[in-house]
Amino acid sequence: MKSFVFKRTVQMIFVLFLVSVFSFGIIHFSPGDPLAMYKQPGMHKMTVEQEEALKEELGLNGTVTDQYIGWAKKTLNGDLGTSISNRLPVKDQIFERIPATAGLMAASLVISIVCAVPLGLIAGMYNNKWQDNLISTFTYFGISIPAFWFGIVLIILFSLKLNILPSGGMRTIGVDSTWDLIKHGILPALVLSVNNTAVFVRYIRANTITQMKEEYVMTAKSKGASGTGILFYHVLKNCMLPVITLVGSRFGMFITGSFVVESVFSWPGIGQLGMSAVNNRDYPMIMGITMLSCIALLLGNFLADILYGFADPRIKQGKE
Amino acid sequence: MKKLLEVKNLRVSFHSYSGEVEAVRGVSFHVNEGESVAIVGESGCGKSVTARTVMGLTQCPPGEIKEGSEIIFDGRDITKFSEKEWQRYRGGDCAIIFQDALAALNPTLTVGHQIEEKLKLHGIKDKKEAYSETVRLLTAVGIPNPEKRYKAYPHEFSGGMRQRIMIAIAIACNPGLLIADEPTTALDVTIQADIIDLIKELVKEHNTAVIMITHDLGVVADMAERIIVMYAGKVVEEGSSEDIFYKTKHPYTRALLNSVPRLDLDEEKELEFIEGAPPDMTDPPKGCAFAGRCPYCMEICTKEEPPCYEFNEGHTAHCWKYHEYAEGLFGEVEE
Ligand SMILES: Nc1ncnc2c1ncn2[C@@H]1O[C@H](COP(=O)(O)OP(=O)(O)OP(=O)(O)O)[C@@H](O)[C@H]1O
Ligand code: SF4
Ligand SMILES: [Mg+2]
Repeated sequence: MKSFVFKRTVQMIFVLFLVSVFSFGIIHFSPGDPLAMYKQPGMHKMTVEQEEALKEELGLNGTVTDQYIGWAKKTLNGDLGTSISNRLPVKDQIFERIPATAGLMAASLVISIVCAVPLGLIAGMYNNKWQDNLISTFTYFGISIPAFWFGIVLIILFSLKLNILPSGGMRTIGVDSTWDLIKHGILPALVLSVNNTAVFVRYIRANTITQMKEEYVMTAKSKGASGTGILFYHVLKNCMLPVITLVGSRFGMFITGSFVVESVFSWPGIGQLGMSAVNNRDYPMIMGITMLSCIALLLGNFLADILYGFADPRIKQGKE
Repeated sequence: MKKLLEVKNLRVSFHSYSGEVEAVRGVSFHVNEGESVAIVGESGCGKSVTARTVMGLTQCPPGEIKEGSEIIFDGRDITKFSEKEWQRYRGGDCAIIFQDALAALNPTLTVGHQIEEKLKLHGIKDKKEAYSETVRLLTAVGIPNPEKRYKAYPHEFSGGMRQRIMIAIAIACNPGLLIADEPTTALDVTIQADIIDLIKELVKEHNTAVIMITHDLGVVADMAERIIVMYAGKVVEEGSSEDIFYKTKHPYTRALLNSVPRLDLDEEKELEFIEGAPPDMTDPPKGCAFAGRCPYCMEICTKEEPPCYEFNEGHTAHCWKYHEYAEGLFGEVEE
């Protein structure tokens, strides 16, 4: 167990390093001028000296390698630099928005699992019967619907036509109630969960079908257990174990999904921050968010593996 | 003696892409209360399908229990059972032990819970009572340290110990009939005898009837009172242990016996393999299914179903060799 944690930690650090190099490279070689927003028509024109000073302040001087090394040094010291667009520390801005995004992701994960477990089990249990066909049809929609489109459809339906839910934001100004927060959060969380729910349902369905063919199911039946008894007492746990790993590996989808969803619903989270950072070529902000997402992804996977080890008695024993 | 189980003209098929597999083609036999019966035959002859159908475990579809099949248990035709009746019957009246205990046990539940589950399904609702009964069962099947092992998972046991757990599950709630489907085939030779002895001892204690399924006649030699020999989905010979071993009538039984190492015979005698392979069950041959491999095969054998001959009380064989016209053509089926 100790060596496992150690190995994974080394791996994760290495991955983080590679990701930082690649993203830094991609950002710097893609077209666009980070200082464009300072040079908009109608703005006071900067002198050459002023521009140099600004570049110096924002760490945009020297070759890409120099810039990377400068960025890496600061980052290792816990300083993610200042945002180009508003000259505020990147770290503070990101940390300020973590709760909004984390909350959204947690809510959508809960929705996904709560919906996917029963649906997946039913679809697997009634393999190729009408129940399965119905559920599977929905999962195909869920997998193929683009999040932004679905989000807009929901806004049109619930906000514009029915007028029962707000179309965006996280809170009504001046109102500070949980109910208000839930009302704002429900649509984004739903949209963010659709794709994952569909993937989980397909996966749990496939697992259920395989597990139902296992011989221990026949033993359970031979003991006199009923169909539902077998499903919940025997198959459920064996089915759910691999789902832990799946959730870990879908973490990336949650993060990228939240970018889109937050933009559609003006949810004041990291995704929204990231989107505007990309539009403004705000290098330090893009890097900060990329690294944070990457850490979240790696930790998600890592935690999933550890959790799996605790949940599966066969692995738990091996580790002791 | 009272008949506990009576199987009449059981026919079971499986529908697959390569056609209809006629796994069991008209099997009839009975088991008396407290009696030990063995079903023997080569791999694929339909032993497990017969056993599972008696337990109500044949999946339909792809399986199909053909019209006209009857399975009477304790006076009731179980093929007409409702789901509720099946659940009471499975485990309560009849229990089964499978070959591979590792696959047959749920890997993520403790063995204690897996035994207890059955007790709870058949009426022991009180937690304490179920626990103490589980510990008693673990002790009865010879698991050392039962209180501690109660909490262990199947993978923490050796193969032999796992099969003992399966036996504990099977004998829980005292079923009238125990089916053991090759309970020792997956085990080390050195512990096979222990497991057989354990089953023998337990069924004797509770006067449980047993159907012992095996492809190894040696395993059942001293356990079964009666032996049923199956070939290609049919019963070819049936009789008391004595009849089968010493008054063998069917050429297939003979071949089977010759392929089993025996201590009581001349050591020099070489073991024989049965040449050829059993027929394709998607298209079973007309006449006798053994014809292609039988040293006594006559023309009639490939054309007509062999009739049943009774030699003495309860000893029967399906073979043309005993037709009056074939008399004198061959000697006895020799060793
Ligand atoms: N679920 C199934 N689907 C299709 N065919 C099946 C199924 N179960 C059994 N069969 C077929 O039925 C025939 C009899 O199988 P069965 O398992 O009863 O043999 P067996 O006598 O128990 O052999 P073994 O000694 O290998 O256990 C085989 O030809 C097998 O392929
Ligand atoms: S019926 Fe004919 S082929 Fe079949 S076992 Fe008897 S003698 Fe052999
Ligand atoms: Mg078998």
